[in-house]
Amino acid sequence: MNSWLAQHQAACGRAVRRLLAAPLNTLLSLLVIGIALTIPAFGYLVLDSLRQLGHGAAGAQQVSVFMQLDAGKKEVAEIEARLQAAAPGRWRFVPRDEALARLKGNEGMAEIVASLPRNPLPDAFVVEPPNPAPEALEVLKKEISGWPKVEHVQLDSAWVRRFDAFIRIGRLALGMLAAVFAAGLVAVTFNTIRLQVLGHAAEIEVARMIGATDAFISRPFHYFGALQGAAGGLLAALLVALGLALLAGPVGELAALYGAQFALRSPGLAEVAALVGCGGLLGWLGGQLSVRLSLRKFD
Amino acid sequence: MIVASNLTKRYPGGLQALHDVSFEISAGEMVCVTGHSGAGKTTLIKLISTIEAPTAGSLLVNGQNLAALRRSALPFVRRNFGLIFQDQKLLFDRSALENVLLPLEIVGLPYREAVRRAQAALDKVGLLERAKANPVALSGGEQQRLAIARAVVNRPAVLVADEPTGNLDADSAEQIFAIFESFHQVGVTVVIATHDLGCIRRFEPRVLRLDHGRLL
Repeated sequence: MNSWLAQHQAACGRAVRRLLAAPLNTLLSLLVIGIALTIPAFGYLVLDSLRQLGHGAAGAQQVSVFMQLDAGKKEVAEIEARLQAAAPGRWRFVPRDEALARLKGNEGMAEIVASLPRNPLPDAFVVEPPNPAPEALEVLKKEISGWPKVEHVQLDSAWVRRFDAFIRIGRLALGMLAAVFAAGLVAVTFNTIRLQVLGHAAEIEVARMIGATDAFISRPFHYFGALQGAAGGLLAALLVALGLALLAGPVGELAALYGAQFALRSPGLAEVAALVGCGGLLGWLGGQLSVRLSLRKFD
Repeated sequence: MIVASNLTKRYPGGLQALHDVSFEISAGEMVCVTGHSGAGKTTLIKLISTIEAPTAGSLLVNGQNLAALRRSALPFVRRNFGLIFQDQKLLFDRSALENVLLPLEIVGLPYREAVRRAQAALDKVGLLERAKANPVALSGGEQQRLAIARAVVNRPAVLVADEPTGNLDADSAEQIFAIFESFHQVGVTVVIATHDLGCIRRFEPRVLRLDHGRLL
């Protein structure tokens, strides 16, 4: 066990020395790996921020019921009674006067509202059904549409669903992009390690003749690939954090213009760890493939 | 220790380097393999040290038939041998001490213990004060002694040398043979391929004479 640990320690040390021995090469490889990981990681965080924006938005599971403009108190009471009977969760009545008052309160709307000859808004109900599944909402919408004096029933969740679909496509595209970049990372490591093996040909030849196992010879190269990948992952995390920090100001301003609160999320500790881990794993994989193929010529 | 029966080696392209060679070397023996250049000395050394496999025939080392071994077992067999090459095969990207440390790293000896043993090996061949030097800075004789230090540091049962004095002047050659003799005296089996007849006159070892791939 001790000897095993010492062997790994020595191999890791050798890998670090080899990385440091050619700082320019190492730096360039790190940049390539870092950038390859930055693009999907950045996309993931932006999409994730957008997804949370969609979920956090009010009205995700609401159904708005708009009455006809000529509906009177009697008809409103009728709908209230029917909602009570159908018991679709919580609901709230928004009288047309209240809606107009609220609209007036919105910035820049007061003048427009004041210029209107009469209140154009209908009475409305905002219903929050207990079952927010899209199919159940569809059924509810159909039912309420048939009630007297109901002009229009709107599923406020519709845009959230569209938005979700959009995010899903985005994620799929991102996944494919990430796969392509991961393959690129493996290829970059493969090539670096191949050059490393060629550069250490004399050492490998001698080590083999005096009784080194393949594991002994390969180990430093595996560490080399894994360390290089992990460092590339760390660099990617830094680049993503830097990019998001630079974007935070403009995005905040844009969101404020729409009266919304929205901020791009910075990578958390778990995500940084995932980047470093992915980089390390892919680097190790590239090293593994490369060493296995490169060592064949020494047989 | 080493039993060769009907060893034959044919290289791709038809060159027949060894024909039907049989011999036995007992533990602690000192053996010189001689013959004209191209007689098959180097091939025999490579077969004995398992760097190459015979085309036909069998080779037993410590009772183990090398032909029956799996490829993954070869490194462990090779650790029984201390190999000295005519061209030394030293590594010029590290110091003399680090060259000698390599076999000990391979077997996974703890670093401190390894350094202690490497220094002892360097001392044995008279190179302790050059431990930090790069092999490039050493003379031909010193480089060969360094190669010997690397070969013996792991205390192998068999020392196998291929033309160890090929490029050396008489004095340096003398020193090298004296070192081999000292290992032989402490019980190490020594097999040397050489055409240096001075060695044979001086130590009177058993001689295996090869001629065009056949044992005379």
